[in-house]
Amino acid sequence: REETSDRERGRGAIGVSEKMTFTIPIENGNGVKNAEADSQRTLYPYVTGTSVVAIKYKDGILMASDMGGSYGSTLRYKNIERMKAIGKHSLLGASGEISDFQEILRYLDELMLNDNMWDDGNSLGPKEVHNYLTRVMYNRRNKFNPLWNTLVLGGVKNGEKYLGMVSMIGVSFEDNHVATGFGNHLARPILRDEWREDLSFEEGVKLLEKCMRVLLYRDRSAINKLQIAKMTEEGVTVSEPYSLKTFWDFKAFTNPTVGAEGSW
Amino acid sequence: MFRNQYDTDVTTWSPTGRLFQVEYAMEAVKQGSAAIGLRSRSHVVLACVNKAQSELSSHQRKIFKVDDHIGVAIAGLTADGRVLSRYMRSESINHSFTYESPLPVGRLVVRLADKAQVCTQRSWKRPYGVGLLVGGLDESGAHLYYNCPSGNYFEYQAFAIGSRSQAAKTYLERRFESFQESSREDLIKDAIMAIRETLQGETLKSSICTVSVLGVDEPFHFLDQETIQKVIDTFEKVPEEEEDAGEGEAEPEAAPGAAGTGEQGGSGDQDVAPMEM
Repeated sequence: REETSDRERGRGAIGVSEKMTFTIPIENGNGVKNAEADSQRTLYPYVTGTSVVAIKYKDGILMASDMGGSYGSTLRYKNIERMKAIGKHSLLGASGEISDFQEILRYLDELMLNDNMWDDGNSLGPKEVHNYLTRVMYNRRNKFNPLWNTLVLGGVKNGEKYLGMVSMIGVSFEDNHVATGFGNHLARPILRDEWREDLSFEEGVKLLEKCMRVLLYRDRSAINKLQIAKMTEEGVTVSEPYSLKTFWDFKAFTNPTVGAEGSW
Repeated sequence: MFRNQYDTDVTTWSPTGRLFQVEYAMEAVKQGSAAIGLRSRSHVVLACVNKAQSELSSHQRKIFKVDDHIGVAIAGLTADGRVLSRYMRSESINHSFTYESPLPVGRLVVRLADKAQVCTQRSWKRPYGVGLLVGGLDESGAHLYYNCPSGNYFEYQAFAIGSRSQAAKTYLERRFESFQESSREDLIKDAIMAIRETLQGETLKSSICTVSVLGVDEPFHFLDQETIQKVIDTFEKVPEEEEDAGEGEAEPEAAPGAAGTGEQGGSGDQDVAPMEM
């Protein structure tokens, strides 16, 4: 059939190509018979990024993430940018497997390229990109070959702010503030209490820094080198990396076992 | 004079650089009953003449909803038109599913044109014998396109296709400059008046035409008979007098129209071939 539909153009994203055929593993009691099948799909992540936190504020979206890439329990890479601009209107942040994030960036690159080539006054906005990513993640999950990421997609188009999230199993939703991984447990409660519709830029940054500081104290895969990205109608700016001031002289930190001798 | 030698295959060029099969396909469009499209900054109106095979049958559907924001009116082989409408609906819904956003009409029209072009370059296919007036909305406003069997497409402020469309085009040419800023009601009125031009003296009744509208904040839908009749009543206050004036204008068009059908041979006189509408 000669028609090209968007579905077919996005074939690479869903994983249909000669090399990437997925063979069902056969088990016969002595272990899996066709071992190549297993090596072709994602079983566990290797180099991972930790939380991303994002909020809507007065002029658009603010997103924060640190620059760490952990290799299991080792904090191996300390200069990974986990937030990237997508076209003119969107900002994508990711936690989870870094190589899968890079793969997603390649798919989006192709998507935005084709969109720009039309050159017809129409452009894909954050809502469209979010939905596209949801389709990609869900389709991969259905093939038992997920992209091991939780994605945060924010953007502003024609004055409308958009902030959404997609998980590795294809769960997707929009909200005024989102976070991934540990951020869900440590940052969201803070945001539920303190987020407001009309936060100024400074207030938004302060709020995000408060969340990131808690994550730094309590998430062992977090490092003290973070970036904050701002998305407004004018465009995206990702800040230079910087660190947060931390305070370690709490009495409880200096002598943690004072109440329970022998424990740690 | 070489026409008959080079017109068997769609993949055969004539010495003068023409593909006759494609041109014959465009003739099929001219045989169908009229379809008209007009647009303003915010609305698109598609209208067509209802033609029935016989008094006993119902009339052919010539306007299709592709999506809330896109409609298409066809002229020519309606079977081909139906198939292409189904393709357009499919493309539109797939885009909506992946991006949760309406497919920009300009992009749909290009895909349609590319699909038509394929049929002009395969020896085992034939061109689609239907012309499509695609009206739709996207980020950059309201658009009206005409898709040809040749695989070409053009954007229009207003256009008419099918038999006796020249009369409608003449009417539209006189008035098109005002369409961009027209109100929705004026646009509908102009569409129905253009339909009247193609009728050449037949009484203009709401049962004889189908009108559809789409616009910003107004999904594609058909106007019901009552609404259409009301619009007709505003300018057809004295039906007999209006008809005479209409007939006078339409007269010069009748002669070239008849000559066209005569040349085709197969279609014969006034009777239209069963598959064409």
